[in-house]
Amino acid sequence: MAYKKRVDGRKFDETRPIIAKAGVIPKADGSGYFKIGKTEAYAAVYGPRELHPRNKQDPKTGVLRCTYNMMPFAGQGDRVRPGPSRRSKEISMVTELALLPVVNLEDWPNAVVDVFIELPQTDAGSRCAGISAASIALADAGIRMQDMVAACAVGIVDGSVVVDLNYEEEAWEEGNVADIPLAVIPSTGEISLLQMDGKVTKEQLMQAITQAKPVFERIADIQRAAIKERYDAVTREVKQNE
Amino acid sequence: MTEKSELLARDKEVVVPGQVLATGMEFLPSSGTYRKGDRIYANQTGLLVVEGKVLKTIPMAGAYLPKRYDVIIGKVIDILMTGWRLETNSPYSAVLPLKDATFDYIKKGADLTEFFNLDEYVVCKIMQVTSQNLVDVSMKGPGLRKLKGGRIIKVSPPKVPRIIGKRGSMVALIKQATGCQMCVGQNGLIWLSGEPEQEVLAVKTIRKIEREAHVPGLTERIKSFLEKATGKKLEIGTDEEYERQHESRRPQSRPREGRGHREESGGARRGRRPPRR
Repeated sequence: MAYKKRVDGRKFDETRPIIAKAGVIPKADGSGYFKIGKTEAYAAVYGPRELHPRNKQDPKTGVLRCTYNMMPFAGQGDRVRPGPSRRSKEISMVTELALLPVVNLEDWPNAVVDVFIELPQTDAGSRCAGISAASIALADAGIRMQDMVAACAVGIVDGSVVVDLNYEEEAWEEGNVADIPLAVIPSTGEISLLQMDGKVTKEQLMQAITQAKPVFERIADIQRAAIKERYDAVTREVKQNE
Repeated sequence: MTEKSELLARDKEVVVPGQVLATGMEFLPSSGTYRKGDRIYANQTGLLVVEGKVLKTIPMAGAYLPKRYDVIIGKVIDILMTGWRLETNSPYSAVLPLKDATFDYIKKGADLTEFFNLDEYVVCKIMQVTSQNLVDVSMKGPGLRKLKGGRIIKVSPPKVPRIIGKRGSMVALIKQATGCQMCVGQNGLIWLSGEPEQEVLAVKTIRKIEREAHVPGLTERIKSFLEKATGKKLEIGTDEEYERQHESRRPQSRPREGRGHREESGGARRGRRPPRR
């Protein structure tokens, strides 16, 4: 009965294939792209810039403002109605809270850093992909941050701990499923996002979190490599022309 | 304390937030890096610079943060009772007070647009920045002027030092090759004026510098690029205008540092409301 083999043949602690890029949106001050399996996220950062309306300004520090948006044709084939929804507003908020512990905006009182996350294609794990993309974009924009934020879901499918659930697993009907999106600050191991959907025992939850630890290190490495690649590509091109 | 100190990244390497730069207590964190436990991490995307035991990063991206005595290019966005408000290509606008705007006598109630009108660009120097980043600028000093004609382009502010070069050498190179007049503001605005084709070449050169700023051998590369484009033989020198502006860091009319009550004047006065009549 139990979930012995994953639907797409992955190992239990294996994520879907990841592609990460930085600087994908030339007009933005910083941008990132994060694709995990079929879930794709773009993030654009604008700022620090003047914050309007002024009553949102904070004289002590800069403000981080995130917007999560699924494109109408994303998802499982039902058209996503454009515009803010209860779901996207909530995810925007948790994204902001997940990133806030690492970004340092104390040099920018009364200013704002805007993060726009757009998802052209989703197959579960979209908030995690969004956070990972946003983290690349913020670093690319030259914002001070103690570390990257790596995000990925862990979960229990029919009693087995799995990493990075896809939609099929999330919607598994033959047994109990718990989906736990996590965002982790790798250098300290702190968790900046933890949500949960489904039933788990305390032991299962702790087991899922500990087992997923190396995954976040790996994601952070991919994120950092993406930012470096942006500059290394130019270096290679210059060397080639010489 | 017995643990060995070790440098984990190379000098002039691109480092990213959260990357471990060194372990052990021997190295010291400076700007763009921080220490946690016995490790030093980067907290900004940039080029790592190792100066002896001090580790710092030179940022590669980011907005302009107004700094005292920076020469910037500002755009007039509003005319106030007692001066002008300038847009500075940063989250903070600057105020150019009447008394620091010109040596001319300005009559009471005069039309301020006659001096600087909306949408005009000026070269000015930042005289004061408060903790809340309220900015006061002055136009009294060498090279500070209103910009007429030409074109304005925007570059990434952290790349400005590369575009200026050592003692203005890069600016001098572009001026020499294109014959354009050029003024680079620390805030990432650049003013160019010359023959149209030459202006285009200058813009192209600036974009190239901006893109390749982190690759060593920049000056030589730009020199040969410009030589190829113009067919002229170029020499790497220093820029006269840059030298003139940096001879004396502050205009003579300002009091020297160290006198607290005078130093405060600009910013504090601006925040206060005028007395009731």
